[in-house]
Amino acid sequence: MTNTLQKMLLGSALALGLGVTAPAGAEELRIGFLAPTTGIFAQLGKDMVDGFQLYLDQVKGDFAGAKVKFIVEDEQGKPATAVLKASKLIGQDKVHMLVGGLLASTGYALAPESTRAKVLYIASVPSADDLTQRKLNEFPYFIRSGWTSSQPTQPQGQWACEQGYKKIVTVAADYAFGYEAVGGFQKVFEDCGGKIIQKIWPPLGTKDFGPYISTIKGDADAVFSLMVGPMALQFPKQLRGAGIKKPIVGGTTSYDEFGLPFMEDEVVGDFSALQYSAALETPKNEAFVKAYRAKYGKVPGYYSESNYSTALMIHEVMKKTGGKWPGAEKFIEMMSALKVETPRGPVSFDDMRNPVHNIYIKKVEKKKLFGYEKAELWNTVIKTYPNVSQFWTYGKAKFLAQPVYDRDFPPCKFCQ
Amino acid sequence: MVSQQSKILMVAAGLVVLALVIPYTSSFVVLLATRALAFAILAMSLDILLGFTGLASLGQAAYFGVGAYLTAVLATKFQFGMGWDFWLVVVLGILLGAALAAVFGLFAIRATDVYFLMITLALGQCVWGLAYRWNSLTGGDNGLIIKARPKFGLDLTNEVTFFYLVFGFFTVSLILMYVLVKSPFGKSLAGIRGHELRMKILGYNTWLHKYIAFVIAGGFGGLSGVLWAHTNGIVTPEDVVLTTSVDALLMVVLGGAGTLIGGVIGSAIVLLLREYLSTLVPWWQYVLGGVYVLTILYLPTGLMGIPKRIRQGFTRSANK
Repeated sequence: MTNTLQKMLLGSALALGLGVTAPAGAEELRIGFLAPTTGIFAQLGKDMVDGFQLYLDQVKGDFAGAKVKFIVEDEQGKPATAVLKASKLIGQDKVHMLVGGLLASTGYALAPESTRAKVLYIASVPSADDLTQRKLNEFPYFIRSGWTSSQPTQPQGQWACEQGYKKIVTVAADYAFGYEAVGGFQKVFEDCGGKIIQKIWPPLGTKDFGPYISTIKGDADAVFSLMVGPMALQFPKQLRGAGIKKPIVGGTTSYDEFGLPFMEDEVVGDFSALQYSAALETPKNEAFVKAYRAKYGKVPGYYSESNYSTALMIHEVMKKTGGKWPGAEKFIEMMSALKVETPRGPVSFDDMRNPVHNIYIKKVEKKKLFGYEKAELWNTVIKTYPNVSQFWTYGKAKFLAQPVYDRDFPPCKFCQ
Repeated sequence: MVSQQSKILMVAAGLVVLALVIPYTSSFVVLLATRALAFAILAMSLDILLGFTGLASLGQAAYFGVGAYLTAVLATKFQFGMGWDFWLVVVLGILLGAALAAVFGLFAIRATDVYFLMITLALGQCVWGLAYRWNSLTGGDNGLIIKARPKFGLDLTNEVTFFYLVFGFFTVSLILMYVLVKSPFGKSLAGIRGHELRMKILGYNTWLHKYIAFVIAGGFGGLSGVLWAHTNGIVTPEDVVLTTSVDALLMVVLGGAGTLIGGVIGSAIVLLLREYLSTLVPWWQYVLGGVYVLTILYLPTGLMGIPKRIRQGFTRSANK
């Protein structure tokens, strides 16, 4: 018996020895990065990691003298796993900050974790509105370098209204991100005089849109779509296949560059809106697209840009401190005060720690760009709304007085 | 053959070692162990059905889910269960899990084999649908965040203290379930697994026996859910989805059905591979897949069947 016990003890001790890491040296900046590198969102997760990694490679992992230790953990697209991995990064790797997370629900799960552990969390992708709106004061160690879900769709509602569309049907993924994006679009579009006459909610991950497409009302002037991941590839193809020729006004990620190379020419002419387009013809973006494509063999989408720019912002803060870690609170203060030039354009922050940046109305075109030989699909920018805040033109107080955009808010007044 | 007593001694020794060693590891390992133990209760509850009664349920996550959601809803909406009333939540979680199983059992127990599997799957997905779509109560896709663990004399925010609490619940559950399967009632379940018709002819109300086993398993599932909610601090539809039920089933099969402790080993291995190995290497999924395939191919009785296989090997070579 004692023999077995000894063996077990020895075995456990050996197994647990793996968990011990050496204490960290000085002048090291440890960044814990959470992205889904396995599972259905693995491609998006890889784009996120690649974007951040590209920036690190360009500066040789040196942030104003601080050596960056970049630790990637697989959050598997599950909020609970993200929290678990965050506690590993905080407890075992002693990271200075957490960056990333993909889904809005993951953002909602990581933000309280940052409060609990008093560790900085930078949301580069999770776009849940309330994180930097009604719930911000619960998260003193939280700042966002990405966007809110309704930030691009609000100007898009204005734009759609100005195009003369009177009646629009929305087709959006049935979860919080979809609700917030549609809500922002509907609010502005209807305030301007348009009417949302129908809201259709296919579940996240839908592949066959047939049952949903057949219910689209015939008298609509356009279709607003909000698709995530592989859904984005299927919807336009099936809509056109069903013979519906109405213009598509695509929400946010519907025409992101991660999916564009896999789309057919039928998407040419479709519209979308986001804070980034790979086809932005600025020197900063051209350099980014070329470097990214040379390294990873594809055009970067917003998932890559957002994380590249996040690395850039962290670097900017570290430049101001001379490579010294200023502490989470001070870091947030300094980052909020930043005004930086990124591939997506100029970025500053509002007083609720959310970026203020340009929103681009984009149109899919097939063309040659940046000296690449082949004609490809690009998101050509046709209109720029400069320095858009998460509150659009409503003003902070008025905006925050209304509830967060939801499946039934704003209510669908014109749906029959 | 190893006697029953020495088996019990080995398990007890293993638990003592675990309780002594875990606190000296990193906080991440403590959390992993806590998760494995909390989930192991669910796996063991499934083993009562699968291993001891011969009912392959694919909806065990439903009871786990209601336990977890009960805890989260009470904590976030009513600030209930954050002090001494935590124990009340534990009781409510067990009762709710059992009550749900009592309802579902009415539909499911009539069926056998693959039909039982299908019905439990469908019922489980109903609970998932509610969790996903009943936004005002469950927070939908965003889930519910429990900001802190309960405090009552003990400070459960301390990972080690919380580990011991879950460890306590786990040990008590293990003992209770062991007593259950060794009781005359447990023997009758084994009888049903072996030959249900014969049990019927002997005059047993086999439907009632299966129903009671189903309800008891639901109760333990609820308990597991309550602990899981506080371990993670977050409850999402992910916890109720089919994958969670499948996970539990695979854990039991991997460890060895009909052994109770097999579910515990399965839970530890799967969670360790998925959550610890994934911090070390990117190809952890292949290891997990390989373990599953090899177990099914070569160890139909699960990892707990290894000692027996080895002994058989010895006897065979000795007889040559």
